[in-house]
Amino acid sequence: MTTVDELLALGDDALIAAQRLAEWTTRAPELEEDVALANIALDLLGQARMLLSYAADLERAGLEGAGRDEDALAYLRGEREFRNAQLTELPRGDFADALVRMLFFAAYQRELYAELAAGPDERLAAIAGKASKEVAYHVDHAIMWTLRLGDGTDESHRRAQAAVDRLWPYTFELFEDRPHLREAWLAAVEPVLAEATLDRPEDGRFRPTGGRKGVHTEHMGYLLAEMQSLHRAHPGASW
Amino acid sequence: MTTAFAAAARVVDPELRVVTIADLGVLREVEEEADGTVRVTITPTYSGCPAMDAIRADIARSLTAAGYPDVEVRTVLSPAWTTDWITDEGRAKLAAAGTAPPPPRSLPLLQRTPVCPRCGSPEVEEISRFGSTACKSLWRCRGCAEPFDHVKVL
Repeated sequence: MTTVDELLALGDDALIAAQRLAEWTTRAPELEEDVALANIALDLLGQARMLLSYAADLERAGLEGAGRDEDALAYLRGEREFRNAQLTELPRGDFADALVRMLFFAAYQRELYAELAAGPDERLAAIAGKASKEVAYHVDHAIMWTLRLGDGTDESHRRAQAAVDRLWPYTFELFEDRPHLREAWLAAVEPVLAEATLDRPEDGRFRPTGGRKGVHTEHMGYLLAEMQSLHRAHPGASW
Repeated sequence: MTTAFAAAARVVDPELRVVTIADLGVLREVEEEADGTVRVTITPTYSGCPAMDAIRADIARSLTAAGYPDVEVRTVLSPAWTTDWITDEGRAKLAAAGTAPPPPRSLPLLQRTPVCPRCGSPEVEEISRFGSTACKSLWRCRGCAEPFDHVKVL
């Protein structure tokens, strides 16, 4: 049976990734990309809602109705209660950072959701089956941009390589609970980097971790402060 | 008197306002219980589709107006919505409104490009994979130079 903590890890990954991507709204390099990033963030937010609602239902069942709802989970938990991987909370960075992160994260989600969609937990399988179809478009979009940036101008190549080098160490945490998925992930990511003329970094010893236990980077607090400010200032507000 | 199914089926999609939720395949089932309660089952097109709340409210309003005040709207995720569920009538309505309907998923990938909904030209190019809503992409016709929306295959 799926646990509340497992669902929080899945839901928080999607929620925090959505929040970071949403920072690009009105700031993307071109209008079409602005719309694309907002749409992808919206897909992730939808997935987060479904996963956190499930976590909330499970928690309430365990506490005989005394648990929190999806909004309380998203807006009223403190930093140490979030279970997202650190990759999702790193600062927005430049456009190369955003798209390389999308490549790494969406390629991971694709393998993850494919496995969950075939799993024994029916409710989770339904969410994963739905999300799989959306994530396929995210992977596609990230690949297109990684190729354009990596195999583009000297400047775009330099920035894309810097993003790959900076983010690579954070990808190990994604596979801590499911190490067997990394092989399929590498098989998807490595050829894209090669075609984009980007060097695949060495697997070094620097492998930041802790997100699944609530240990986050210094950037997480600022992200939550912004994400939760409205709900905390006006509890229960609706419009 | 309008049947409960007809009352739910006539609800218009809040974002693609030329088609109903029945045309789109978002409406899955309408059941009438012995006590008069109507149970409506719907499924979202995309996980984050912001239209779902409006659709739920519109279904309740439409059924109440048709004499069914006790309405329960249920959302199911599985089987996941696919563009193959858009009816022929729905496709015709979309095309008539200038939005290219999705090709069937059974077509090979390379043949999945739309034709221009205005002039019918197959000479089209994709401007952006993501359009004004989650379910659409943005295209341009090289024949008549008009940009148009396309409901992308899912």
